[in-house]
Amino acid sequence: MYDMKALYEAHSVREAITLLTDHPDARILAGGSDILVALRDGKHLGQEWVSIQRIDEMRRITMDEEGTLRIGALCSSSNITANDLVRRYAPSLGEAVATIGGPQVRNIATIGGNICNGVPSADSAATCFAWDAVMELEGPDGTRHVPIGEFYIRTKQVDIRPGEVVTAILITKDAYEGYKGAYFKYAMRNAMDIATCTCSTTVKMSADRETVENARIAFGVAGPIPCRAPHGEAAIRGKEPTKEAVLAAARAAIQDTNSRDSWRASKAFREHMLQEMARRCLIRSIKRAGGHLHD
Amino acid sequence: MTDLTAHNRSSEATPSLYRVLHCVVNGRPVTKLVDVRASLLDMLRDDFRLTSVKKGCEVGECGACTVLVDGESFDACIYLAVWVDGKDVRTCEGLASIEGELNVAQQSFIDQTAVQCGFCTPGLLMSATELLETGKSYTRDELRVLLAGHLCRCTGYENIVNAVEIAMHKHLTDTAPDTFWDGEGSNQATT
Repeated sequence: MYDMKALYEAHSVREAITLLTDHPDARILAGGSDILVALRDGKHLGQEWVSIQRIDEMRRITMDEEGTLRIGALCSSSNITANDLVRRYAPSLGEAVATIGGPQVRNIATIGGNICNGVPSADSAATCFAWDAVMELEGPDGTRHVPIGEFYIRTKQVDIRPGEVVTAILITKDAYEGYKGAYFKYAMRNAMDIATCTCSTTVKMSADRETVENARIAFGVAGPIPCRAPHGEAAIRGKEPTKEAVLAAARAAIQDTNSRDSWRASKAFREHMLQEMARRCLIRSIKRAGGHLHD
Repeated sequence: MTDLTAHNRSSEATPSLYRVLHCVVNGRPVTKLVDVRASLLDMLRDDFRLTSVKKGCEVGECGACTVLVDGESFDACIYLAVWVDGKDVRTCEGLASIEGELNVAQQSFIDQTAVQCGFCTPGLLMSATELLETGKSYTRDELRVLLAGHLCRCTGYENIVNAVEIAMHKHLTDTAPDTFWDGEGSNQATT
């Protein structure tokens, strides 16, 4: 039995917004794999909840006329990994969410919840940054689109306003066309573990595949919120993909991080890991995008 | 059209803690009044006496409470009972045939000595059943990933992976059509 003051169930986005507006103290409950565990830990006791688990319209993955890949916020990790559109246009996102927990958790965990929980270790977070994802929210004042780079306010707090629900994660054609990516999760265990740190990159090669036309490097747990690494990106942009260039880019990427010493890992260790992960992810992304790594 | 605003305001003082739900449990349609705060684990064990669904950790770490809902495996401890409305739930009690014949996975666990204390076994059998019902062939490494949501303190996992692998081969080479055991397939999941 969970210690809840009330559970209101929404069957549509409209109903969810109404329930949230009528019960301003209520919080959103999606898959529950973060929140229900936190409840067991004695957090959020006596809280009211709006369960959005029943909103099937938020479980679809589609592509619109402009070629924007639209991932419903309630899509489970398993559904995302198995989805043909994700595999074709943003495969590293499917790979990233396939590292969450274990199979049972992946069947219930939603991408919306993974992002909105607001922790930088979320397996979908860094990859959404690397794909320039845009969050779509519906609320009493209508629809809002927030680029993911602006969505995280601080640890455990994202830009959701009262009455709002995240309905989808969007990846535009400009963001995915020509890009290939890679994700690396560093954790103590091979499964059922939260990341110590994560890295996700996407790379687009030039038409002749000789130079890196663009690269996006994103980190999780390199600071209080997930971040991109513009110095690292600038260091590889327009360059030939040599081993040196990749290493230099990975080194430069660390300038954009703000790791800390904690009981889990020291700052020096985190920076060492993040740099190596960036290096490996860049190499993998370059190869997948059709480039060749020169000496 | 229901004016939800008025409805919710009038019941604001005492939000309803109970809901009636309709679902199928091991092939039987049931109607149940449940506390909205109950987990599926609580409901299956306490209201249906389906005690094969074990309370190992109650936080979704150990997999002892794994059940199939519409053919997909979930940890029942972090799955609210109300979410199962309109769905098909299967536990270990529903794996054997009506005549009592164990399914391929169950028999394989016995044959391969994959059971010691047995506490993790029901959950593992549900995950094994899910992956067998996909009809796909998996490598041993893939099987280990697919079973990664389960903890076993007794066996060291080796015989468990053997049992699932052998069950998979048996299931795939079996000349019987899509039924999961020889005979009726009344619990066939639609994955």
